Amino acid sequence: MASFLHIFLSRILIFAAVLGVAIWPRASAAETPPVIAAASNLRFVLGDLADIFKRQTGLAVRLSYGSSGNITRQISQGAPYQMFLSADETYVRDLAAQGRTLDEGQLYAYGRIALFLAKGSRLADVNFPAGYGAAFAVPKQYRFAIASPVHAPYGRAAREALIHAGLWTVMQPSLLYGENVSQAAQFAASGSADGGIIAHSLALTLKGQGRGDFWLIPAAWHAALGQRMVLLQGAGETARKFYAFMGGEIAHKLLLQHGFMGRKS
Amino acid sequence: MNWMALELSLKLAAWTTLILLPVGIVVGRFLAWQKFRGKPVVEALVMLPLVLPPTVLGFYMLVALGGDSVIGQAYQALVGRTLVFSFEGLVVASVVFNLPFAIQPMQRAFEAIPVEVREAAACCGHKPWRMLWRIELPLAWPGVLTALVLTFAHTIGEFGIVLMVGGNVPGETQTIAIAIYDQVQAFDNASAGLMSAVLLVVSLLAISMTYFGTSFVGRRHD
Repeated sequence: MASFLHIFLSRILIFAAVLGVAIWPRASAAETPPVIAAASNLRFVLGDLADIFKRQTGLAVRLSYGSSGNITRQISQGAPYQMFLSADETYVRDLAAQGRTLDEGQLYAYGRIALFLAKGSRLADVNFPAGYGAAFAVPKQYRFAIASPVHAPYGRAAREALIHAGLWTVMQPSLLYGENVSQAAQFAASGSADGGIIAHSLALTLKGQGRGDFWLIPAAWHAALGQRMVLLQGAGETARKFYAFMGGEIAHKLLLQHGFMGRKS
Repeated sequence: MNWMALELSLKLAAWTTLILLPVGIVVGRFLAWQKFRGKPVVEALVMLPLVLPPTVLGFYMLVALGGDSVIGQAYQALVGRTLVFSFEGLVVASVVFNLPFAIQPMQRAFEAIPVEVREAAACCGHKPWRMLWRIELPLAWPGVLTALVLTFAHTIGEFGIVLMVGGNVPGETQTIAIAIYDQVQAFDNASAGLMSAVLLVVSLLAISMTYFGTSFVGRRHD
């Protein structure tokens, strides 16, 4: 029995040693970078902006992407984000009413949506919107991706645009819903769906990567996607500086380049 | 390759395993040998996380640990930050959803120890604590090892609950599984593919090691 005990104990010790290495706390930095929650339509521009901000100030931020609705829910549950860049205005107003924010926030841009078709899409020869009614007459013959209209602002805008074009009823059975707009974009770009309505900012990036082409949907087809940002309760110095940076000229210029509309236009 | 996320996953798995080792031994041993009314209910409760969808568990965790709950508020008063969306919150959630993986194999292993062996040991005058160390644990060792490795591997693979109570915060709650999901959404198939491959190799190694370890012990019994 003694040898069993010996084997058992030595193995537990080895296991514990391996665990210990994994668990041992690292020497932590002076200040951990604040977490900034951002709507996922910002995915391809915010990383660049954070890099520029770091070069200018030497300060780092951590970025966490999701749909604005989900982020809002997390914040009202007490998520430790210091700043929130929303894809619409109502979520920020709701949080302000709950007392989770420092103020009403600030409008930093307007979002646009676009019809995106991946390279080789079966919908490439179908005229939008005129030919879509006939193409989607047979349910599920084609699959079409949008973000969830329930909690993703770009999904709501996509639904409004399809309603405006008179296509919502006929296309609804063929729709796929992304949890947020970049998942919808991923469906459309990977060919899992034949096409989709996604954020213009994402469509521009995808086209730049040679993954397909897009058609910008007129702004009049949907309610304006006012992109509002806000500092949350407990925001530190770095988050405040990043907020000011995001309201500044450099950020504005880069947002325009990435398919957003200016706050003045 | 997102090493920070992999490190976080390993850290989470290590903490979960370390906490569940004594819990599994105590509860597994208790359930193996004690007979009491309502035992099936207790056993069912232990198995529940295996049956429930991660979203259900995640939802209850949010309600139970969130900022409006008693636990959440007590934690916030003590530590000064919220329990949900933090690494500590993930550890709590992870311990709960791994209960069946830790307790079940240990319970079966303790059940397999013949009553005569324990009675003989008790006759020899062994105290309970000494019996546990000298007799029971060495015999139940394969079950204990299986439980530890299953817990470890399952924690690394968990996705739904981590997404719900963790909230995808890099360096805090963004585990490797969440990071892969994030990379796929960012159209970064190269990174997602690499991370998936690393995860596959790590998981395969962990499970092979258990089989190696337990087969070795098994042969010694022959």
